[in-house]
Amino acid sequence: MTAPQGGKVVEVRGVRYSAGSRLIFDGLDLTVERGSITAILGPSGTGKTTLLRLLTGQIRPEAGSVRVLDQEVETLPRRELFALRRRMGMLFQNGALLTDLNVFENVAFPVREHARLPEPVLRRLVLMKLEAVGLRGAAELMPQELSGGMARRVALARAIVMDPEVLIYDEPFVGLDPVSMGFIVRLIHRLNDALGITSIVVTHDVQEVGGIADYSYLLAGGRAVAQGTTPQLQASQEPAVRQFMQGSSEGPVAFHYPAPVYAQQLLDATDLPAGRKP
Amino acid sequence: MKAALQRVGAVTLFLLRLLAVCPAALRRPGPVIRQVYNTGARSLIIIMLCGLVVGMIMGLAFSDMLARFGSESALGVAAGLALLKEMGPVITALLFAGRAGTSLASEIGLMRATDQLTAMQVMAVDPLRAVVAPRFLGGLIAMPLLVAVFDIMGIFGTQLIGVSVMGVDAGTFWSQMQNQVGLDDVGEGVIKSLVFGFACTLMAVFEGFHAEPTAEGVGLATTRTVIVSSVLVLIFDYMLTAAFL
Repeated sequence: MTAPQGGKVVEVRGVRYSAGSRLIFDGLDLTVERGSITAILGPSGTGKTTLLRLLTGQIRPEAGSVRVLDQEVETLPRRELFALRRRMGMLFQNGALLTDLNVFENVAFPVREHARLPEPVLRRLVLMKLEAVGLRGAAELMPQELSGGMARRVALARAIVMDPEVLIYDEPFVGLDPVSMGFIVRLIHRLNDALGITSIVVTHDVQEVGGIADYSYLLAGGRAVAQGTTPQLQASQEPAVRQFMQGSSEGPVAFHYPAPVYAQQLLDATDLPAGRKP
Repeated sequence: MKAALQRVGAVTLFLLRLLAVCPAALRRPGPVIRQVYNTGARSLIIIMLCGLVVGMIMGLAFSDMLARFGSESALGVAAGLALLKEMGPVITALLFAGRAGTSLASEIGLMRATDQLTAMQVMAVDPLRAVVAPRFLGGLIAMPLLVAVFDIMGIFGTQLIGVSVMGVDAGTFWSQMQNQVGLDDVGEGVIKSLVFGFACTLMAVFEGFHAEPTAEGVGLATTRTVIVSSVLVLIFDYMLTAAFL
């Protein structure tokens, strides 16, 4: 585990954001130290992906501030926002590879867009990144020919091809077989260690990320309800933290969507969804 | 009514944003050329086949009609004018909306549904410039070329049936056409093809870009592309025909 090298890469202060009538964040605070691996934990629907969209400036908070690499994301003009994004990399949950380009061209895409490299140099750079994720041999394949795990590794090669300062992972472990999962975990660690990339891992996979995260935040109810190192979170007596760390459906974080009383609804034959009344 | 006006406003704003990034897209000709191939070359077979059949139908129908006035010799002029000024641009545009328009709308809509457009934004790449503009320009370039192919095949089809089957004299057919069909008639067809290409491609990329990121949303965007493009082509055709009179 790399010791943080000091300095804040991400600072989220008092962020409020709602999607339609649903309040996603209300007073969210969190900090990511330079060179660290920070895990953002939380059950589904707690706004983890929304947080990533706030960090990359795709959406703006209603209140509060989001600072990334010493810049206020929500007030940046478009040109400067794009300049900031060039210093960041993001791994999407489904890879989000460009389906009309092969693996090589997908990885080369950001370089072709932002730099004018001679073709032999570009080729070497792309092959190096593909080798790093173990897919140099798949350079000519199309995204449709890749398995889910392979697509995510190609997307990771694309995310690091511009040597970003911050790398954001959106649910990197979902749907992976154990071999791919172990590979991705080691790769996140290695990238962080060798290149000094600050990593933000958004996940609900406590076990996998627990081993590599320097610091973790647990999101629930629109706020960070707990934070600390993995041992600190595991030792926490906070009911919401215990519920999440132990994967229990009973606790302060509701598993069931609000509904009428179960028995009463089963007995009440006329209580059918709208438009299907007998 | 309010919704319709809002839609017109949205399309106009989208067009202005699109035009602003077109020069940057033109500086990278590779993707534009690829899109000319995708929208143009891949529509060639259907355009050629339909052009030939439409021409053959005109050869039959016009020969019969003109024979009633004793003017079979005017077949070349009638077919030439009808194809160059009306049938060529209109039918090609309708086929283009169905073949290339739906393909563009569903492709861009699926790119949105699978986060590809978001991924581009996060990579500091404007999807309007990298995805939409090359497709828009590709369609714009491909359309007049397709109309020219349709016209050529149509005239060949008319000649095939009119001369070989219906017995119109080949020399008369070609000389009448050469004498009566002027450059301004060709120009009218070219302008129409440009306008129709613009309308069809714009609607396809607009609908695709604004599709709901769901299977239903992409389907709806594709359907809307065909309907709106077809209606626009017919309305613009009436307006342009009236303007050229």
